[in-house]
Amino acid sequence: MSDEKLVGIVLVSHSAEVASAVAELALGLVGGGPAVPVAAAGGTEGGGLGTSAELITAAAASVDRGAGVAVLADLGSAVLTVKALLAEGDELPDTARLVDAPFVEGAVAAVVTAATGADLDSVEAAAAEAYGYRKV
Amino acid sequence: MLDADFFRRWMTATAASVDREADRLTALDSPIGDADHGSNLRRGFTAVNAALEKEAPETPGAVLVLAGRQLISTVGGASGPLYGTLLRRTGKALGDAAEVDEERLAEALRAGVDAVMQLGGAAPGDKTMIDALVPAVDALPDGFGAARAAAEQGAEATTPLQARKGRASYLGERSIGHQDPGATSAALLIAALADTGADAGGE
Repeated sequence: MSDEKLVGIVLVSHSAEVASAVAELALGLVGGGPAVPVAAAGGTEGGGLGTSAELITAAAASVDRGAGVAVLADLGSAVLTVKALLAEGDELPDTARLVDAPFVEGAVAAVVTAATGADLDSVEAAAAEAYGYRKV
Repeated sequence: MLDADFFRRWMTATAASVDREADRLTALDSPIGDADHGSNLRRGFTAVNAALEKEAPETPGAVLVLAGRQLISTVGGASGPLYGTLLRRTGKALGDAAEVDEERLAEALRAGVDAVMQLGGAAPGDKTMIDALVPAVDALPDGFGAARAAAEQGAEATTPLQARKGRASYLGERSIGHQDPGATSAALLIAALADTGADAGGE
């Protein structure tokens, strides 16, 4: 399993701290599994709140192991920028897709599922299922 | 006929207008947004200007595709992918023709506006840039001046609307009574097109 290609995860938030903290949280919940490639793309290149297309494309390239890249985004420009980059056609890995999921819960589900060696469809399904988890 | 130079001047005129009006756009974005619309668009169109000078694209379509790419990369807020998609799709719809007529531009711009509506999920009446762009495209067959007037009226008509998209939508009824900053900047884009057309002796 150690040489298995794992799905990569990109976490896009308006805030660098949110993106990196959610990555840390999700990886912390994996336990002893293989190291899932996770990259945070938070905030603008200048360190402010917002979205950077450059940070997103770099993050996606860095987690691409050939098994697909699942991108999760928080709000507004983060979602729209990922969609616009996907529409460009040559900015993100061919296998990259925007996953429709709640950011924190979806990231945990995606990373834990990716750690099992699951394929991109399974990772996407697990992340999307997080919408169904009611807290009250 | 409109050549690459016309489209480059349209982008330059938009950049100048955004630069002049940046403070007003940000002021409009303060009560209902996150108060960065003017500064974000200024950063984006400054990058557009720099890219157009450096790369000198040779067709109308290439000018708009390059401009759109710069906006997606540099704006940092939702207006980047939205305006970037508008210009890129319009540019792609123009193809690689060396010159286009006004009818072809109108058709291409409609394709661009449709792409923006698809990307953002917004429809007319949602208090967004669409409320200026759709009337402008509808009026474009009557000339650039008609499109400018329609865009400005469309932007002003967003004031009594309740926002249903973006950051302003969280405010619910409190978004009523404020002109939408995105519709306002969209009207600047169309006004710059009209100015460029007038300078070219079109109207």
